[in-house]
Amino acid sequence: MDPVLQIKDLKVEVDTGTAVHSVLDGVTLTLRRGQTLAVVGESGCGKSMTALSAMGLLPDRFRIAAGQILLGEEDLVQVRPQRLRALRGNAMSMIFQEPMTSLNPVLTVERQIAEVVELHQDKTGAQAREIALEMLRAVQIPSPETRLAAYPHELSGGMRQRVMIAIALACRPRVIIADEPTTALDVTVQAQIFRLLRELQMQTDTAIMLITHDMGAVAEMADEVAVLYAGKCIEAGPAAQLLAAPAHPYTSGLMACTPKLRLGRAALTAPARGLGEIPGMVPPLGQFPPACRFAPRCARATEKCHATPPETVRLGPDHETLCWHPNEAREAAPAC
Amino acid sequence: MLTVENLKVHFPLSSGATVHAVDGVSFSVREGESFGIVGESGSGKSTTAKALMRLVDPTEGRIELLGNDLATMDAGALRRVRAQFQMVFQDPFSSLNPRMRAGAAVREPLDLMGIGAPADREKRVEAMFRAVGLHPDARRLFPHQFSGGQRQRLCIARAMVTEPRLVVCDEPVSALDVAIQAQILNLLHGLQRDKRLAYVFISHDLAVVQHICTRVAVMYLGEFVEVADTATLFARAKHPYTWSLMAAAPSAETGRAQSDYVLTGDPPSPVDPPPGCRFAGRCPFATDRCRAEKPVLRSMTQGHAVACHYAGELTPPLPELAEAV
Repeated sequence: MDPVLQIKDLKVEVDTGTAVHSVLDGVTLTLRRGQTLAVVGESGCGKSMTALSAMGLLPDRFRIAAGQILLGEEDLVQVRPQRLRALRGNAMSMIFQEPMTSLNPVLTVERQIAEVVELHQDKTGAQAREIALEMLRAVQIPSPETRLAAYPHELSGGMRQRVMIAIALACRPRVIIADEPTTALDVTVQAQIFRLLRELQMQTDTAIMLITHDMGAVAEMADEVAVLYAGKCIEAGPAAQLLAAPAHPYTSGLMACTPKLRLGRAALTAPARGLGEIPGMVPPLGQFPPACRFAPRCARATEKCHATPPETVRLGPDHETLCWHPNEAREAAPAC
Repeated sequence: MLTVENLKVHFPLSSGATVHAVDGVSFSVREGESFGIVGESGSGKSTTAKALMRLVDPTEGRIELLGNDLATMDAGALRRVRAQFQMVFQDPFSSLNPRMRAGAAVREPLDLMGIGAPADREKRVEAMFRAVGLHPDARRLFPHQFSGGQRQRLCIARAMVTEPRLVVCDEPVSALDVAIQAQILNLLHGLQRDKRLAYVFISHDLAVVQHICTRVAVMYLGEFVEVADTATLFARAKHPYTWSLMAAAPSAETGRAQSDYVLTGDPPSPVDPPPGCRFAGRCPFATDRCRAEKPVLRSMTQGHAVACHYAGELTPPLPELAEAV
């Protein structure tokens, strides 16, 4: 599959006024057409910063220090702000976590979808309205004709997230970045949204970058996975392979600390054991350990891990990890 | 030790309509047991928790804890028995006073209820800090100096310092990061074992409830639709709504195949709910009978009750459940 968006050796820094801290340190990701790449990690690992870098939406004081973000042939790190503005919402768009706060409360649904289309596609009122209606149908909002005139507060959380998706899809982007799109939603609604995203992706061949901390969502959605820890990509590979045999202790730790739903016979027999734990927490910016950044929380860390930064280990054609002591394939199944 | 009978919490609206937040819920919790309540937002699970704590007043019903009827108690009497039942809230950021030092926040319930000699209280606070995995020196810090997980440990310490018999946990881990969730769940589990506590554990996450609870009630629009001990519920659930929650829960093992059974629509409003089965509007199995006649919670086997006219007659859409019948 052709790469649509390639992030190469991206370094992002924040200037706090008193010091410059590294936020992302050499993150490399590839997003392919029609596929979903899940970017996984705890808060503070750099997931959202990766997404915001790609969208050119880094907050004040954050800057890209090195690296490339290639959308097709174009390097988004180098292009001028006008060009970025022309691409955002058009060739690539973003779905945020909170549909409540990311929609404009004083504009109707129609206006918010039509706005994007008018800006990027040179369409007039009637045509834009037609596209807005078509998008609402595409995201399966019931009675779309009447919903066009609705304001965000008149919609449920699930409906609002559908409207967000409609806005994101209105210009048929090549890339959608979804930052925890279902965290604020109920489980049954989350299942609907995931299914909708998959269906739309099949129809449009859009590449999706799904930012999440939920390994369940990864299993549900992802073709490829990249695990971030403290600003570094510590494991990346095809989802099936990575979930079946996570190589990095952080990846297997994340999987072990999520309780697994056991249904049917498994619910009757499975023993009640404690959840796996990753002790401690993600180090704050500016306090990343010098060698392996996960070493202080890692049960397997040795002196070498504390002294020398780990090198990339290749486990398969596309599966690699950054660790001195990766899991052996057979012991990788997380105990839980 | 806790018996709740026909608990109702209704809120009148200015329009004259009524929000039926909790509408006739009954259950009991034994010593050392964790009773889970799962449901989506708006199902009434948090209101149930607040009513148990008398943070909202029940409209009707009885809440009997260790021989006292909490539902009708006045404020003074309530304060005297408060030590026996405490609550841990969802958001550890907004449930701690930002200007109170951590030690004082944990000590406050002891001071307010006059528990122990003042000199002993500090010792109890210190021991409690250790029990929840915080360093006793952290007593001098303010809440903003703690991480989210540590703050939730503080909230747990504050709830447990009075040595309650029952702790109501309202989504205690859903505001936390995955790795921290596991730490807090293990802590709650360990404290329960050490102190023979009973929990009422409110969550939207089936896997968390399965992990922590011994019995589970599934709540929809103010009512319990299915109640069973944990193993029975997850092996042989019989209510179509319970199935939909199970199907919707993403699971690292089952992945894509599982989500074929997806509910349409959102949970309806608890304002003047429909006359028949409240789930009928979203239920793929609903018939005219469901829309007209309200199903009652009826016992299927020992300890397993289902509120569905067709419980036991429908084939579960999840292969794992069909197998275990």
